[in-house]
Amino acid sequence: MTIQSDASKERADRRKDRRKRDSQATAWGPGFIIKLILMGAVNALGIYIIFTAFGVGSLTLGIGMILLLIAVNWIYFSRRTLALKYLAPGLVFLLIFQAFTIVYTGYIAFTNYGHQHTLDKSGAINSLLLQNNSKRVEGSPQYPLVVVERDGNIGFAIIDQEGALKVGADEEPFAEVDGTITDNSITEVDGWDILSSSEMGQRQSEIFDLRVLLSDDAEEGAIGTQSGTVGYQFVSTLSYDDASDTMTNTETGEVYAANDETGFFENEDGDRLGVGWRVNVGFDNFREGFSDDRYAQPFLKVLIWNVLFALFSVLTTFLLGMFLAIVMNDERLKGRRFYRTIMLLPYAFPSFMTAFLFAGMMNRNYGFFNEIIGAAIPWLTDPTMAKVSVLLVNLWMGFPYMFLIVTGALQSIPGELTQAAKIDGASTLQVWRNVTLPQLMISLTPLLISSFAFNFNNFNLIYMLNQGGPRMSDASVPVGHTDILISMVYKIAGLTGEALPNYGLAAAMSLVIFLIVGSVSLYSFRKSNSLEGLN
Amino acid sequence: MRRGIALVAASGLAFGLAACGSDDDTTEETTGTETTDTETTDDGGTETTDDGEAPAGGGSITVWVDDNRLPAFETAAEMYKDATGNDVELVVKENDQMRSEFMTQVPTGEGPDVTFGAHDWLGEFVTNGVVAPVELGDKAGEFNELAVTAFTYEGTNYGVPYAVENLAIFRNADLVDSTPETFDEMIAMGEEAGTEYPFLVQIGDGGDPYTMYPFESSFHGPVFETDGDGNYTDVLNMGGEEGNAFAQWLADNGQNGTGVLDTAITYDVAVDAFKNGQSPYILGGPWMIADFEGMNIAVDPIPSTGDNPAAPFLGVQGGFISATSENKLLATDFLVNYVGSEEVQTELYGIGQRLPALTVSADAAAEDPLMAGFRAAGEEALPMPALPEMGAVWGFWGNTEAQIISGQGEPVATWEKMISDIETEMAK
Repeated sequence: MTIQSDASKERADRRKDRRKRDSQATAWGPGFIIKLILMGAVNALGIYIIFTAFGVGSLTLGIGMILLLIAVNWIYFSRRTLALKYLAPGLVFLLIFQAFTIVYTGYIAFTNYGHQHTLDKSGAINSLLLQNNSKRVEGSPQYPLVVVERDGNIGFAIIDQEGALKVGADEEPFAEVDGTITDNSITEVDGWDILSSSEMGQRQSEIFDLRVLLSDDAEEGAIGTQSGTVGYQFVSTLSYDDASDTMTNTETGEVYAANDETGFFENEDGDRLGVGWRVNVGFDNFREGFSDDRYAQPFLKVLIWNVLFALFSVLTTFLLGMFLAIVMNDERLKGRRFYRTIMLLPYAFPSFMTAFLFAGMMNRNYGFFNEIIGAAIPWLTDPTMAKVSVLLVNLWMGFPYMFLIVTGALQSIPGELTQAAKIDGASTLQVWRNVTLPQLMISLTPLLISSFAFNFNNFNLIYMLNQGGPRMSDASVPVGHTDILISMVYKIAGLTGEALPNYGLAAAMSLVIFLIVGSVSLYSFRKSNSLEGLN
Repeated sequence: MRRGIALVAASGLAFGLAACGSDDDTTEETTGTETTDTETTDDGGTETTDDGEAPAGGGSITVWVDDNRLPAFETAAEMYKDATGNDVELVVKENDQMRSEFMTQVPTGEGPDVTFGAHDWLGEFVTNGVVAPVELGDKAGEFNELAVTAFTYEGTNYGVPYAVENLAIFRNADLVDSTPETFDEMIAMGEEAGTEYPFLVQIGDGGDPYTMYPFESSFHGPVFETDGDGNYTDVLNMGGEEGNAFAQWLADNGQNGTGVLDTAITYDVAVDAFKNGQSPYILGGPWMIADFEGMNIAVDPIPSTGDNPAAPFLGVQGGFISATSENKLLATDFLVNYVGSEEVQTELYGIGQRLPALTVSADAAAEDPLMAGFRAAGEEALPMPALPEMGAVWGFWGNTEAQIISGQGEPVATWEKMISDIETEMAK
């Protein structure tokens, strides 16, 4: 016993030793060098993203990236993380492309991100000040201007109304100086250097922000420039007070306090300044999506059509695809390969192009179909007909996929099974129903479910074919009869220009769609799991 | 310990690679490299432009343009570089993506210093705080007055216009010799000509309120009520008796009426039919000129249907400056003094076939009879509203028109429902 255990202990120690020697984490082999280079590239990318993220002030992204980078380095340089070494790339991509999207959509769903609320608060303050800090005093003259410099200080030289050359700088009101004026432009200023355009390019913000008083009396106003060639008497009509978080209109004395619930500066009467910022609005978007009867009524219709559309799409494409696959599977058919290739053509064509082409061919008066038939079928303009058309076009685009997978699945059914059934005296139909079909369904059900999920959100087809039209005449929002949820959300989000942009609302509704599709898929996968259990 | 070495090595490599990684903000890069050879002159720096040699560069601005107009802006960029030494980096963007990309990139501090686009983006840009004001000063007087009004939002100017465009009637001079002053007379003449269509206008299944607007405005005037200065307010002006009369007119001339208006006629169908001589008249804009090359065409003002003259929308193209741009001074200089110059505006006309916004250049362009035609047709024009509220109008508007034209629903009731729907959407 003891001898054996000693030997096994020794073996274990040897194994451990070898593992240590072989490990890429500790040995300087070629493998390690490659790993080092790859990790260097990964780290470089990570550090670049981190710097960029902090550069644009995105704290969350920056910190998230730091954590991610530390985790990745730990995984690949530690000896104890063998499994993670294989899983990490997938996990990282899952985080970036799936989890991040969902979390971010979730975040947007609780904000008022949309029209007038695209900026953050400091951005909104800056914009408001920018919009209001250079109002030209009405009826005031414009002055030919050059930017001048003395001992590193920037000043303006202007020709005033009387044709006199004046120069001034910060805290140094305009005063007459000697210089040369040629053709109404200043070419020389005594005691000052005229800045060249390229030098102005480097000191832009300094020049842009400079205001030079017209005289000792501040009441007379100040001159500023936007282009470096012409000066105007500018006044600022808004001022921001950091301490009280208010904007004051210096002309009327009106005070606008920041309202962090609505994301606007508001005065006592509820008047708002034009530019707002993004704030958290809690469940308002969800409430609006379902309680606003303008949405609620079409939402139900759209939901029903959406489910029917996805169901029928899967059903029709599957039936046609399966039928063709079975026909083409018959060995008596000559030139099967040729036919099979032809069948795949619609699949090879980009789907949005196909939809677009069909839209043209289905024009009521000038479309290819009606010209051939010689009728005036309202393919896309009649509510019911439009739904049929959508399904027909989707049938055209979708059956090759089904054809492909059924053909594949048919090959995998062992020939002995059907032969045995035939020997037992089953008819062709019985063989099909009791042997082939159940075998097919085992491998196809998951694909049918994913096809359902795909068609549930088949935005390409709906949008490129008919933009969801014809419009529901009784709805008070721009929603059409063939709109599915995702295309309806797209319209409500204002991305089509049919409504004011409201990304918050769109995100909230996307989440709801996600829940619907997610639960349908989950349920079906459970079902198909139990189906597989039959095997 | 060894692991420690590995980590240090990896991070060293990382920093090395990060340093090589290129920054896509080329603006800063060019600034950085070019400032090194800037000459500083002690005697006033007056020799900047006169000696003919380009002075050393000081800055660089990034400008978004669409593919069509790139060549003209290349001229402007070169002129600017020669005169000031500052670089203009032109970035080609898809026209239909500029607006949304500008909206999303400017708040993050990315995006261009200048973007060119249509004036009706203005309201959305201003209320979202992504655009900086531009004072045109006395220069404003040198532009088409309407073009300047179009770039004004609540009393402040936010852009420099370079071209204006509006709809007019194209007439096939081989088929008819004039365009009458009223719609009914025009249809009568069109029918006399014996072609398949008396008159062509694009509509499509979703409607085309922009193209239908000249007829609509001859019923009720502007889309929104205007204040004393001719600026739009946010009070809708499409309803009431006049609006209802227009709805009725749509139905009367729609598919269940005379059939002159037909939603099956899309842009392509209309242009094709006119090109084939199937109609003496088509309502369209300067963008169609290239399609009708080689035909004997004339451009005439649009006939009126109601009590007012038929006023098409005036669309103005111009440059906007980003609110977060670090180069506002150069950007303003470039827009006002170079894009706003006669040379560039004339050049732009040669490429885009749109009437220049600068009056001097427009006068020169109007020597072309077609351009003179568009100018005459645009005399009654009103700038397309730039209010952000327009976002709530277009969809309802177009679809309702298409509905009435295709004979679905009672015209007046449908129109009134549209008015209330738009007002609800705007009040949101």
